[in-house]
Amino acid sequence: MSTSFTEIAYFVASLLFILGLRDLRSPETGRRGVRLAELAMLIAVSATLLHNHLVRYDWIIAGVLVGSVIGVAMALFIPMTKMPERIALSHSFGGLAAALVGVAEYSRQSATLGSGKMAALGFEVMLGAVTFTGSLIAFGKLQGLVAERPLTHRFQNPLNFILIGATVAAIGYLVLQPAQPALFYGMLGMSFLSGILLVLPIGGADMPVVISLLNSYAGLAAAATGFALSNSVLIVCGALDGASGFFLSIVMSKAMNRSFTNILFGAFGRENGNGREPARSAQKSLLGATIGDALVVLGNARSVIVVPGFGMAAAHAQHAVRELADLLEQRGCVVKYAVHPVAGRMPGHMNVLLAEANIPYDHLYDIDAINFEFAGTDVALVVGANDVVNPAAKHDPQSPIYGMPVLNAEEARTVIVLKRSMNPGFAKIENELFLRPNTMMLFGDARTTLVELAGRLREAGT
Amino acid sequence: MSEWIFWLYIFAFAGLVGYLVISGVPPLLHTPLMSTTNAISGISLVGSLVTAGADYNLTSSLLGVVAVTCATINVVGGFLITDRMLKLFSKPGDRRL
Repeated sequence: MSTSFTEIAYFVASLLFILGLRDLRSPETGRRGVRLAELAMLIAVSATLLHNHLVRYDWIIAGVLVGSVIGVAMALFIPMTKMPERIALSHSFGGLAAALVGVAEYSRQSATLGSGKMAALGFEVMLGAVTFTGSLIAFGKLQGLVAERPLTHRFQNPLNFILIGATVAAIGYLVLQPAQPALFYGMLGMSFLSGILLVLPIGGADMPVVISLLNSYAGLAAAATGFALSNSVLIVCGALDGASGFFLSIVMSKAMNRSFTNILFGAFGRENGNGREPARSAQKSLLGATIGDALVVLGNARSVIVVPGFGMAAAHAQHAVRELADLLEQRGCVVKYAVHPVAGRMPGHMNVLLAEANIPYDHLYDIDAINFEFAGTDVALVVGANDVVNPAAKHDPQSPIYGMPVLNAEEARTVIVLKRSMNPGFAKIENELFLRPNTMMLFGDARTTLVELAGRLREAGT
Repeated sequence: MSEWIFWLYIFAFAGLVGYLVISGVPPLLHTPLMSTTNAISGISLVGSLVTAGADYNLTSSLLGVVAVTCATINVVGGFLITDRMLKLFSKPGDRRL
């Protein structure tokens, strides 16, 4: 197969990838977009397989078979609540693939590498390795294998800067003197270490930002592979992936009111912590309401806005939410959903879960579309959300999340908050919403509480 | 024009076009967006295939086969799970039971 044929195939594939992404603008065209991207992948991979550099197919077939089995199994059996974990894992696979290709290229032709190619290889290996270990740590945190709270120490930022500086310096030296395997593998080791150290200090609530950033790094690693191999479709796809991660990082950073440099340079450990410090004042007593109280309020409500948070995913409560919403709607109540961009552990996490529970997507509202509606609403039902409904972000400059755009849940006539316990996990920001006179706290597992509410509401009839 | 600048053009333009296209994706679909770009980044399969199949040496083939496996997981798994997710977004007023 001639090179020009491969080039044309790559060109067509690149265009199809972009058109496919464009279709993700709406849920109605989304699946067509996936088809286009699949077609593009098929074209690019087929063109590569027909390329005359390839002489042995046994290794390839083995890898493709094993990868397909694992990929299909992961896609079919992972529950939607575990999407952040799956995404983190696949970022790590992407990073590892890029790093390994880079290592193989280096080991094969280290002495003869030109400076341009060496630079590309260096960044490919560095970005790939950082993405690999960083994503593994992110996965560990999401899965609860690594402490979810931020693991910080005093020298963390200087140490990270020195480590990354040394890695880049090593690449610079290799560009001048490529034939130094010891330095190359040292650089690889430092990159692995950087990935671990960069993600360890980050708390669970910041995961949406981290996952977006790692998405971007994985893309850049692929693009660097493209530069190293002079491969157009790799460069295009890497740039697309990098742009997507960059875009999502910006969306997430805006939603948390954090500057982009703050995020890029790993200051998101937030040592003074986005409220990772203990509650400031002596805890006023939180009075738990009873299911009965909540039932009276919900039974009389004409309008309800549900505010989902990570707690809904943790309790797998999305179906219970819909069950309750259905009953409310049968009683003539209007139910809407207010989704904060950083609710959950990854961009769009809540939307996917609510969609899984068959809630039509036109009932899901972004913060800007719904925030003015709380004031005229009977009940704000907060299901496992915390920071995103903390009014302190609006008026208390002392609050660690001051300035972050939050949902105005407190403006609803009554706020019902479903919360696991008085003092859960690491998120120790005092939330004054919970202390307000119009707030009812229902402690316990969100799903159990919702199922009970729905059951009693059904008994009560219409 | 040197080859490097040419590749840099491609990278920069693809990144810009990608950014413009992707910034039109609503927050509703940010998770499917991420899993799609994840699958697309499995394009590193193209590089891994050459490493695994060009029969350069054993190290290259071994590293290549692991890379092929990782990239295939992303391609196959990424597209499948995106489709599974997008199926969940039911049309307004059209409720599946």
